[in-house]
Amino acid sequence: MSDMSNRKPETGAFFPRDRSWHPPAYTPGYKTSVLRSPQKALLSLDGTLSEITGPVFGHSILGELDNDLIHNFARAGESAIGERIIVHGRVLDERARPVPGALLEFWQANAGGRYRHKKESYLAPLDPNFGGCGRAITGEDGTYAFRTVKPGPYPWPNGVNDWRPAHIHFSVFGHGFAQRLITQMYFEGDPMIWKCPIIATIPDRAAIEQLIAPLDWGNTIPMDARAYKFDIVLRGRRSTLFENRLEGN
Amino acid sequence: MVQSLDTLKETPSQTAGPYVHIGLTPNFCDIAGVYQNDLGTAMVNDNTLGQRITVTGQVFDGTGTPMKDVLIEIWQADAAGLYNSPSEMRGSADPNFTGWGRSAADGTTGDYRFETIKPGRVPFRDGRKMAPHISFWIVARGINLGLNTRMYFADETAANAEDPVLARIEHRIRVPTLIAEGDGKTYRFDIHLQGEKETVFFDI
Repeated sequence: MSDMSNRKPETGAFFPRDRSWHPPAYTPGYKTSVLRSPQKALLSLDGTLSEITGPVFGHSILGELDNDLIHNFARAGESAIGERIIVHGRVLDERARPVPGALLEFWQANAGGRYRHKKESYLAPLDPNFGGCGRAITGEDGTYAFRTVKPGPYPWPNGVNDWRPAHIHFSVFGHGFAQRLITQMYFEGDPMIWKCPIIATIPDRAAIEQLIAPLDWGNTIPMDARAYKFDIVLRGRRSTLFENRLEGN
Repeated sequence: MVQSLDTLKETPSQTAGPYVHIGLTPNFCDIAGVYQNDLGTAMVNDNTLGQRITVTGQVFDGTGTPMKDVLIEIWQADAAGLYNSPSEMRGSADPNFTGWGRSAADGTTGDYRFETIKPGRVPFRDGRKMAPHISFWIVARGINLGLNTRMYFADETAANAEDPVLARIEHRIRVPTLIAEGDGKTYRFDIHLQGEKETVFFDI
C-alpha cells in the first residue's frame, strides 16, 4: 500500500453508476450470462466508508518488466512473436481529473489468439516467450504505458461460429472499492468488433466506441513498435462541501 | 444554452472472461516467474491484530452449479474498524493488515478461501454503527459487470439487528443470504447469483 499522504484526502461518495451505459447483467446473446445474472433488483446503497475507501498499491510492488509483455515471460535474449505495440493512456475520473496511483492489470492472448491457460484448447500454438500478463501504476498525471504484441482474434463456443476481436483485458483499481472495474480494450478498425456478442452486451454504440483504442501514430516508435492510446474513465466523487461527514469520528 | 458540466462517462464494463487468472492470479494458473506472488493472497502477517478467521464458500449459478472460474475480491476494515486506505480519515489502520484480498475459486470444486481477521464495526453515513461486514466483489465469465455484496456474521446477532444496511432490505426473507454461519474460526458464505436463494447484490 502506498504513501499518498501529500494528497488531499478523498472522502466523497462516488457518482452513481449509469447502469444504462454499462452492459446489463442478462444478455442472452452472450449465453453464459443467462444463468449468471441476478434476476432480482440491486439494492441501492449510497457510499458508506466501506465503499468510499479502497486499497491503493505502491510502485514498490512492480518488477522491472511488469509493463513489458514482450519480455516478461521470454527467455534471456528472446522476445515474443507478433506485432510489437505500445499501449498507453491516462486514467481519469468522471470529473476529468487524473487518477494517480491507479493499479492496472492486463492480460491477453498471444499473436495467434492462444491464451496460456489450462482450460484453453484452441489449436493455435503457445508462444514459448509469451505469458500474457502485465501491470502498471499510473503516475501523478494519471498516465500509464506498457509494451506487448497485438493479440490475435480467437474462436469461442457461444454461437456456432463466434470469434472474439483482438482485445486486451484491463482490470483497474482507483482509490475506492466502488471504482473497481474490469473491461476490454479493442483496436481501431477491427471489423470483428461489430460481430461480437460480448461487445453487443453494451447497449449504446458510443459506449462501445469508448473501448476502441485508436492507432496513435505520433507515439509510434520508428523501426520498433506502433502505439495505441487507451484512456480509462473511473467513477468520480461528489464534493463533500455540504455533506455531514464523520471526520474524526 | 447552459454551461457544460464537463463530465466524462465511465468506461463501460466487460466480462472478466474465463481466463481472468492469467492477469490477476498468474501463479495460480501456472504462469510462473512473472510476478513473485499473486496479489491479494496474503492479507495478514504474524503481527496482525484481531481474531483470525477463514472465510470460504462457493458461488452458484442459476442451476445450483458451483462456478469454478469465478474470482472474488474482498475489502474490509481492521479489527478496530479502520480501513487501510488513504481515504480513511478517522485514524491509522493496522499496518500489518491489508484489508484487501483476492481469491480465485478452485478449478475442481469452485471453493474460494480467504485467511483474514474479523473486522471491527464501521460507522454508517449518519454515525450509527454498521455490523461487522466484509465487502465482496465478484467477477467471472458470464458476469458483464462485477457484482457487489456484503458478508455479515451469524454470531453478531445484536449488531446485525441494528445494522442500517440490513435494515433497508424490504424482503426480510432475503436477509439471511448475507449472513455467514461460522464457529468463530471458519465462516462459510455461499453466494447464489440467481433463483430462489439469490444473494442480495448492491448498487454501491
